[in-house]
Amino acid sequence: MIDRFVRLFTSLKLTVVLLALGCVLVFAGTLAQVHLGLYKAQNEFFRSFFVFWQPAGSSLRIPVFPGGYLVGGLLIINLIAAHFRYYRKDFKKVGIILIHLGLALLLLGQLLTDMLSVESSMHLRNGDTKNYSEAERSFELAIVDTSDPKADKVVSLPASKLKAGEFTLPEVPFKVRVHKFYPNSSLLQNREEGYEQVTTTAGIGSGIWWKELKHETEMDRRDMPSGLFEIVAPNGSAGTYLISAFLNRPQELVLDGKRYELSLRPRRFYKSYSIHLLEFRHDRYPGTEIPKNFSSRVRIIDPASGENREMVIKMNSPLRYKGETYYQASFDKDDQGSVLQVVRNPGWLTPYFACVLVSLGLIVQFGIHLVGFARKRKAS
Amino acid sequence: MKALSKIIPWCAFALFAIEIIVVMLPKKDGELHTKEFGRLPVLMNGRIQPFDSVARNSLLQIRSTGDVPLEQVPSWKFWHHAKKLRSTEWLLEVFFKPELADTRPIFLIHHPDILSEFDLAEKGVEKSGLRYYTFEEIKSSLREINNQAQIASDTKDEVRNTYQKQILKLANAIFLYQRLKNSIEPEGAESLVKMVSDFEAAMPAGVAAFRAQQSGEELDRDALARFARLVQPFDAVANLAQPLTLPPIHPEVDRNAWQNAGAGVLGALTSDHGIHPAVRYFARMADSYGSDDAAGFNSAVAEYRQWLTPKFEKEVNKARAEFYFNQVKTFLHATIIYIAAFVLAGGALLAFGSLPTLFEVLRRSSFYLILLAFVVHTFGLVFRMVLEGRPPVTNLYSSAVFIGWAACLLGIILERVYRVGLGCAVAALTGFVTLLIAHNLAIGGDTMEMMRAVLDTNFWLATHVVTITIGYAATFFAGGLAIVYIVLGIFTPLLSEKVGKGDSDLGKALSRMVYAIICFATFFSFIGTVLGGIWADQSWGRFWGWDPKENGALLIVLWCAIILHARWGGLVRDRGIMNLAIIGNMITAFSWFGVNMLGIGLHSYGFMDAAFKWLMLFWMSQVAIMALSALPLQYWKSFQSPANQEPPSSPDIKSAAGARG
Repeated sequence: MIDRFVRLFTSLKLTVVLLALGCVLVFAGTLAQVHLGLYKAQNEFFRSFFVFWQPAGSSLRIPVFPGGYLVGGLLIINLIAAHFRYYRKDFKKVGIILIHLGLALLLLGQLLTDMLSVESSMHLRNGDTKNYSEAERSFELAIVDTSDPKADKVVSLPASKLKAGEFTLPEVPFKVRVHKFYPNSSLLQNREEGYEQVTTTAGIGSGIWWKELKHETEMDRRDMPSGLFEIVAPNGSAGTYLISAFLNRPQELVLDGKRYELSLRPRRFYKSYSIHLLEFRHDRYPGTEIPKNFSSRVRIIDPASGENREMVIKMNSPLRYKGETYYQASFDKDDQGSVLQVVRNPGWLTPYFACVLVSLGLIVQFGIHLVGFARKRKAS
Repeated sequence: MKALSKIIPWCAFALFAIEIIVVMLPKKDGELHTKEFGRLPVLMNGRIQPFDSVARNSLLQIRSTGDVPLEQVPSWKFWHHAKKLRSTEWLLEVFFKPELADTRPIFLIHHPDILSEFDLAEKGVEKSGLRYYTFEEIKSSLREINNQAQIASDTKDEVRNTYQKQILKLANAIFLYQRLKNSIEPEGAESLVKMVSDFEAAMPAGVAAFRAQQSGEELDRDALARFARLVQPFDAVANLAQPLTLPPIHPEVDRNAWQNAGAGVLGALTSDHGIHPAVRYFARMADSYGSDDAAGFNSAVAEYRQWLTPKFEKEVNKARAEFYFNQVKTFLHATIIYIAAFVLAGGALLAFGSLPTLFEVLRRSSFYLILLAFVVHTFGLVFRMVLEGRPPVTNLYSSAVFIGWAACLLGIILERVYRVGLGCAVAALTGFVTLLIAHNLAIGGDTMEMMRAVLDTNFWLATHVVTITIGYAATFFAGGLAIVYIVLGIFTPLLSEKVGKGDSDLGKALSRMVYAIICFATFFSFIGTVLGGIWADQSWGRFWGWDPKENGALLIVLWCAIILHARWGGLVRDRGIMNLAIIGNMITAFSWFGVNMLGIGLHSYGFMDAAFKWLMLFWMSQVAIMALSALPLQYWKSFQSPANQEPPSSPDIKSAAGARG
């Protein structure tokens, strides 16, 4: 029994079957992007153990196909198991071993990236300085104590953790009661079919109509959460507020002589240094509107190390600093502001090593084949 | 006989070589030096190019052809050269005799709704089932065409229907045509020389009057009105002109600051250098062309070039080189040679085994022609690279050219190893097909367009793009060999013919070839894909994003891995390998073209983009061949005698099994 099990996991047949499943998965996942959008298709097909099929109108989710994690995981097991089983000391096997070592590194590196990498972005107008980047899709409920003129005290909770109920936050002298929370919503200033009126008791919010929307799957759009939050101080309610990603300014609240700002804002990642945008450039080819290059001249100001220097971030030439990489991602329509993509990816070097290993392996392996073939021909 | 069999291949080679040399020799100009005009440099689409390229690419966008036929000749009268306007000749008419250009049938309209809506079905000129219309004929419908196009352009790209796409294309073509008409001479001008000198004469008084008006002083209203009337046409040109025809006044400051003809005249108002000096040459060209004064036109062109050369030698030379490249039509001639080579290789394969002398003559002829085609193909490829200052692959068009080139090179190497004509046949086939695809892709317009920001990197274009394209070429080549295997196997006894001195037969040899090329393809596809990931990491901060193009590349790598592992594991034999290689064709076609269509072909129901249709046809043809190969082996001509049945296990399986024990 165990023997059969081992044989199955070390067999080339399994390799071929898994590779074929991988092909079908990639093909289907690519086609699915047309309807689901890149982001959702990616999660359903590649970052999953199973691809589920949900019959229209039912809540049943039937696994119909192995997902990316399952196929990839089995391939790695198959690869490692087969190597242990067939391993022999043979110069001719060096190529094969190198190739597969590289592949394993590549797959593991991607898994590492999947789990550990954090992407965010930093939007700077010319002349702006920021010490934080913002998540592109996730929001946070931020409660900012602005009573100290020197530094704001920020407490935040990811929007994904918000649900109807009550919670407390450290260093905040009040409880927050969530009356309603829509992870994606639409707000209007007039009544329309399907919208209901927001019932607040404080702050901006009267005369606003809202409704819940479905989770957004399009690549270039995102969920805009809104919620109805009641602030419950020890001596009773301090008002029910509408807090929404649509509101440009935070709701304000004064309690015991302290000023608080409440907002749902893109999740922030604070840095120990700040980045100052000196100038964004959008170069075009002469006589046309075809973009030639986008670049941002920035200054890094790091009080900890005392660093203060100028750098240029442009297409194909990112800035790497303290484990984070800044890429030129987008820009403002008036060419006066720049959006930098900020990526923290501890595994970013693995593909480079993997590529070298596999290339070497392929060269050795096919080189051996070629030499053998040439010898045989010469002999005949 | 033996001597003859050596001479004939060389004769075939010489025949085509002479043709090529004749084509490559520089041609004389006619009475009117239109070619000399066509060589002059201008700046358009962000790059220096000759007038001829402006003409050619505009005509391709408007008419889908590079020149304008003037008379209809039945196709069976192949000896009769139909009179036609070459691209530059057409552009000269558009610039300087717009009323004549308006009567040339250049607008390609074929959507039945457009034809009936604008009452065009009875008008126009028909050629090969397509109808072409003159500007005169559609002039009265301009407003409505633009209205419809406006609606179409407000519709999202994916949901536009065929009518909307066609009307938008027509409106764009008309707009381009009108811009070209106003690129040098304002439309309807009698004499550009006179207009320029009138402008110059009226300028001091006009400017003085204008300044007086600005500061609220007493002014000469007549002078101002007179001058405004003179400014207006040049202002129209400044706004409409398509190519930037005038070189920078101060090239030492900014070499890219080319201007259009209108701006060159109006520049006199805002700077102290007066009217741009080049305007006078163009004015003389315009007037002498308009009055059919060939000598005057020729001297104006020659003097302009003389004036231009000292300061702008680089631009002049680049434009001349590109003009030459346009004229030679390298890839067209390579295509012709590929066809001839394919016919010869096919003949050779038929004679294989039965008529050894004829086989060798035909094979050798085919091989020499492939070598010649390769030289011509390489010449074109390198010429383009030099013109662009880029690695070989920069867009879909050049990828097609490059795939053909790489496949041809593979074929030559293969033919050197196995001298059975197969390398020639597949090289000729892929060379021909890819150049045909390239030709059709070129109809979109300029094939040397500038690279958008993120692509503007020769390093990654030279590494990632080239390796991945070599991978495409190799998988197509392997797929091509597989098709040859199945066709020969079923319809001829050739696969069981012995090859060379060993005891291997052609079938086995083919199987080894496919295996070797799949190895090659795996190597390049994998390296190319990973390099692409690294490029993505450098420019977007992620190694892998499951983007359709990336997935396409990954599919090829996975598929090659399947073929190799299936062979090593003894899961498939020769026929299986061949079928897998044919699926490889389908996958590569999907990665190369299909992923670019995802937004088009699948999204808008009921509408099939032309390229999508071709992809489907290609897929169906491949499936048909695979279905054919499902025929039991005893019905294959090559395996009919029991002795020739495929052996139960191939040597590779034994070695794989041995490796395990």
